[in-house]
Amino acid sequence: MTKLKVDVLDRRQFVIASGAGAAAIIAGFSSAAHATPETAAELIKKLTNSAKIAEGKIKIDLPEIAENGNTVPVKVSVESPMTADNYVKTVHLVSEGNPGPEICSFHFTPMSGNANAATRLRLARTQNVVGIAEMSDGTVYMSKTQVKVTIGGCGG
Amino acid sequence: MAKARVKAPKKAKAGDIVTIKTLVTHKMESGRRKNKKTGKLIPRHIIDKFTAKFNGETFFSSDWHGAISANPYMSFSFKASKSGEFEFIWHDEKGEITSKKSKLTVA
Repeated sequence: MTKLKVDVLDRRQFVIASGAGAAAIIAGFSSAAHATPETAAELIKKLTNSAKIAEGKIKIDLPEIAENGNTVPVKVSVESPMTADNYVKTVHLVSEGNPGPEICSFHFTPMSGNANAATRLRLARTQNVVGIAEMSDGTVYMSKTQVKVTIGGCGG
Repeated sequence: MAKARVKAPKKAKAGDIVTIKTLVTHKMESGRRKNKKTGKLIPRHIIDKFTAKFNGETFFSSDWHGAISANPYMSFSFKASKSGEFEFIWHDEKGEITSKKSKLTVA
């Protein structure tokens, strides 16, 4: 009887200890040089040469909840006539919560016909994805979309 | 060598905006994953550039970073004006190039 009791206790202690260990790993992981809204803002400044940024025009389609952070479908679209003197040059996607803030950049031309593109992303945790659209006339627009990530796509 | 798949229309009318879908096999190793046995980081190895050309002229390109999923999918548009040939090129960080061609007839 007593032996069984000890066993149960041991197992419990083990569970508690390993739980604490996992928590420590997670804490260490999230504090270790992750992108934050600040690092994302810095990257955006660098990408756009500190241009003035207006809200809107760019639409980012992301699932509200991503169950698997390894492949999160994303679709971007920017309203534009896409003519030789008025088109969308570049769309950048920037992460506020991945290990690095860079995600990808799409470069369009008037030959693209429209400024729509879709791909799949890795998202490490619940975060905002920022889309920045640079137009041919030098104006810059941005919009943010939040994604809730159930299982991070970081690989650990 | 990465394997690429492209879904692009063979025929279009002048002025049509067509959608092109591409998929390439690549593990897109982010450089942040650890080998479970040795505990060492697996070195980064990704495709960092994708280019779509029509008759030799680039009409769409994309820069990729570690946040793009394995076996990258990319879809984008093209405004048909004349017949010609598409070329899709994926540039690997290690200099490996994968490409695929597809013909378009504009009626």
